Amino acid sequence: MDMASLSSNLLFIAFVAYLVATFLFGGAVKSSNAQSTKSFDRWGKLAITVTIIGFIANLGYFITRWVAAGHAPVSNLFEFTTAFGMMIVGAFILIYYIYKAPALGLFALPIAVLIIAYASMFPKEISPLIPALKSYWLTIHVITAAMGEAILAISAVAGLIYLLKNIDLTKKTKERFWIEAVMYVLFIVVGFVVSTVSFSVANYSAEYTYISKDETQHTIEYTMPALFGMNESVAITDNAFEPLVEMPPLVNAKKLTSVVWSILFGTVIYLLLRLILRKRISSILQPLTKKSNSQLMDEIGYRAVLIGFPVFTLGALIFAMIWAHEAWSRFWGWDPKEVWALITWLFYAVFLHLRLTKGWHGKKSAWLAVIGFIIIMFNLIAVNLIIAGLHSYA
Amino acid sequence: MALSKKSRFYMRTAILGVLVVAIIFTVYSNLNKEKNAVLQVGDKAPDFVLVDMDGTERRLSDYKGQGVFLNFWGTWCKPCAKEMPAMDRQFSEFTDKGVQTLAINIAESDLKVNSFANRYGLTFPIAIDRNKSVMESYNIDPLPTTFLINPEGKIEKIIKGEMTEEDIANFMDQIKPS
Amino acid sequence: MDKIVCACGNVNPAGTALCESCGRPLNEETKEKKIVDMRYEGSARRSQTYNKTIIDKVWNFFSSVKVGMWIIVSILVAAAIGTILPQVFYVPATNESDIAAYYERIYGWFGTLYYELGLSDLYSSWWFQGLVGMLGISLVIASLDRVIPLYKSLKKQKTKRHISFLKRQRVYGIGKAEVTEDSLLKAEEKLKSLKYNVKREGNAILAERGRFSRWGPYVNHLGLIIFLFGVMLRALPGFYVDETMWLREGETLYVPGTNGYFLESKGFIYETYSKEESNEVFGDAIDRVGTIAKNYQTDVALYKGPENSVAGHAEDLTFEKNASIQVNKPIKFDNFSVFQMDFRLDELAKMKFQLQDKQTQQSFGEFTIDLANPQPLYELNEGYKVEVLDYYADFTGFEEGVPQSQSPLPNNPAFLIKMYSPEFPKGETSFVMIKETVEPLGENKHKIAFQSVETRDVSGLTVRKDLTLPLLALGGLIFMIGVAQGSYWNHRRIWIQLLEDGQTVVAAHTNKNWLSVKRDLDEVSKIAHLPEYLDQDDLDSLDEKVDKEEGV
Repeated sequence: MDMASLSSNLLFIAFVAYLVATFLFGGAVKSSNAQSTKSFDRWGKLAITVTIIGFIANLGYFITRWVAAGHAPVSNLFEFTTAFGMMIVGAFILIYYIYKAPALGLFALPIAVLIIAYASMFPKEISPLIPALKSYWLTIHVITAAMGEAILAISAVAGLIYLLKNIDLTKKTKERFWIEAVMYVLFIVVGFVVSTVSFSVANYSAEYTYISKDETQHTIEYTMPALFGMNESVAITDNAFEPLVEMPPLVNAKKLTSVVWSILFGTVIYLLLRLILRKRISSILQPLTKKSNSQLMDEIGYRAVLIGFPVFTLGALIFAMIWAHEAWSRFWGWDPKEVWALITWLFYAVFLHLRLTKGWHGKKSAWLAVIGFIIIMFNLIAVNLIIAGLHSYA
Repeated sequence: MALSKKSRFYMRTAILGVLVVAIIFTVYSNLNKEKNAVLQVGDKAPDFVLVDMDGTERRLSDYKGQGVFLNFWGTWCKPCAKEMPAMDRQFSEFTDKGVQTLAINIAESDLKVNSFANRYGLTFPIAIDRNKSVMESYNIDPLPTTFLINPEGKIEKIIKGEMTEEDIANFMDQIKPS
Repeated sequence: MDKIVCACGNVNPAGTALCESCGRPLNEETKEKKIVDMRYEGSARRSQTYNKTIIDKVWNFFSSVKVGMWIIVSILVAAAIGTILPQVFYVPATNESDIAAYYERIYGWFGTLYYELGLSDLYSSWWFQGLVGMLGISLVIASLDRVIPLYKSLKKQKTKRHISFLKRQRVYGIGKAEVTEDSLLKAEEKLKSLKYNVKREGNAILAERGRFSRWGPYVNHLGLIIFLFGVMLRALPGFYVDETMWLREGETLYVPGTNGYFLESKGFIYETYSKEESNEVFGDAIDRVGTIAKNYQTDVALYKGPENSVAGHAEDLTFEKNASIQVNKPIKFDNFSVFQMDFRLDELAKMKFQLQDKQTQQSFGEFTIDLANPQPLYELNEGYKVEVLDYYADFTGFEEGVPQSQSPLPNNPAFLIKMYSPEFPKGETSFVMIKETVEPLGENKHKIAFQSVETRDVSGLTVRKDLTLPLLALGGLIFMIGVAQGSYWNHRRIWIQLLEDGQTVVAAHTNKNWLSVKRDLDEVSKIAHLPEYLDQDDLDSLDEKVDKEEGV
């Protein structure tokens, strides 16, 4: 077996291990109370062991792919996002050994699984480095930035647990609405994965020609039935799905199509689950958080930001500036990705100040942590896909 | 709280004052960055040396005591082609009154410059800035740009774009040594 | 304003919430709290106490963390708005009207609105820079206003604190445990082994660890202030150069912004990954994407003009060095860096022609015109020659019979040529363009036949000097030190007191990381048999405890 396929097998092993560990943590959470410490120990130990095995496999994926490619596997969207998922697990293991909170695993692992699944929807082949990426700063900058973001993500996980536990879901409040909205967004990511996989299993593909904004003709391949057509698009493939709406040249209708399919699939899955279970998703999850200590979750949420913020600053701003100065001749150029890294940084600076000087603990702090993660994911997903910039190769 | 009310007031005023002035200065000069980079009226005209089409070395500092009408141009530039015959007439008019005319072409070939000069019958000295160093030190953009340099070697005026013959006459008159 | 005299005799500045010395709450508001607010140790921030003159008001405005947060949030929101559409510097247009037209054409009415509101150049707008400036002021004043009182009050704190202070700590316990003089000694020893700095005063112990982490925020703010100061310095002339140049292969040009440096392009290299030569694993990617760029490189020679030489003087250049400028590998000299930023491939450089008989296509000789420097005359076979009367680099057509060229770039070269032959000693005139020839003065016998071209590549280079970099680096370094100091260390304090009535009190405080201070306290308790403590903020555990007690 060659390096490259060994690498993808290891990633698959890690993926499965994380899924299994999620259920084991579920078991640990259910049995964790004073009466059944022993059984908690058993479940908890098993869960963390499986997690660590998965993490080692994941590291194995990372290293073998590095060897195969000859450069750190962080050079495109698939590689970066997968590494981010891996680091979330790494950050979770670190925090788990400090605070021993199994509920954290129950929520952190599915998020990592979702992120890795999301990553796998993008082209996975190993590609050579373009000139702009040929620098050891690629390794240093991207890995440090991803590590910082992963640690900050744990803060959001703790925040989510805190909120699920402490929001009164029996009363109709704004909080109840928004926590459910967060759940719904997670389902849209699931929708993206499910729709991509379904259409690729069905082997759907259709080619169209279109006129781009510089008034030249191009061809584009859709892998999902075209809900939206590119500007003046004409199908090349026989029996291709006729787009429902044609978009102006400014809009990338292909991306819009996959966004809308994700929302459709996500919404259907969400609604089906709610119909079957006859409960809000947050209400289903709430019992799993009952045994978590709010104070501890609040502390973890804060501590994760404290640990992650300096790492993030170093990786996403300082190393980024040094590299930008070498590659693009200026350390700062207001490229959208740079700006969003700055926004993330400013946001967490506000988080820390509000907590330290305005006493924003508990729910407020938990909400901020969740919003911070949303900003990070926005920078990861939306800025790459929607707002094109110098980082658009990623 | 060793500070008395008065000294606290002065301290705070000083700190705030320094900060505010620094920031206003920064914002102001950033907004005027374009202007800053370019030479301004009143600056000393950067010296240069070029060999003209007749093989004569032309050094700006050699013209001290005379006005210099310094024109940057290119053969492809239409306004340049329009104003140059007028410049040539005024050159003959003013050259004895102590105003020198020098036209600097931006890195074109001898053939092209010569054919242009012949077509329009230009007689004033023309030099080619082959490695664009004079152009860079005068920050030329767009063509044509004309610098009026007074007998003291200072920039009297910068004219961007085309001039009429009347303009040219007035400008040359402006830098005539008294 | 009045100073506050505490029951213990300490004189506190006006506005103090907790006595600097013994910790007694000094105002009603503080007394009512179950857990005391330990920010800045309850010391009086000057901003809150004086509010008389306009200067005081401005000072207090910038001193407020709340205001600081609003400034940050404004910057954050503005920065986000700036990413909705590309900023002007990423737009392929240079003058105002082209830029406006670009936004209109690509983004419709929204683009026009965005442009008209100035959002297309948001980051260099006066108000955005002003906001960043205000953040700078806020950083200076808010830090000054807090670090001094905090320092004073930490310095003044007494080992023995009043019970009213201790019981309002988050971690607090009291009880009639078997605590003797001996166990106090044991506690002291254990605390010392836990790297605490222990002070003893009668029956009171104050153990403190990691106080320096309290300065972390102020150190990182200092770093930010230095960084912003560095950014500000670029506005001064001479600190910052940012120029671009297009350099053709074989050309030697003055490097703009420098003092007498010249670059000669020895060649531009553009490489892509080929399936044959690259690592096998890249095959799939190359198949899918098509061409993947591998290298952009300009090989240059750097020259320096003589000292004090003036512009235009292109002789006596001294060779400095050869270098290959690649992306990520700029050439560096004398505080300048030149970067590989852009390129244009295959600009026409030389054209080779033949003088032919139109009918028989018999050749009378070949000549090559160097487009950068066409010669007036090319001698061919015996009796044949070609005279170049004029050259149009970027020919666009005739205007009133006169050929026009729209730029000096050889995008569409055309020549006005006279062909001399023994039959036509006075010459035949021909206007030679790519793919076409015009004979303006009547039918010719001869023609200029195009043979081949040579092309050259053009490198787009950026010239940069930034003398503020060391200051920015220093600012960044200090920030990192400060932020690590404040995040990875924490200030922990443990108080143990034997009260007169025989009860023992323990209390603990930390600015962050309560887990570790509790762990430390647990270890000490084990040895010194201290009373059990409660985390008065941990409502879950308190509830559980109550449940258990009631449930018996």
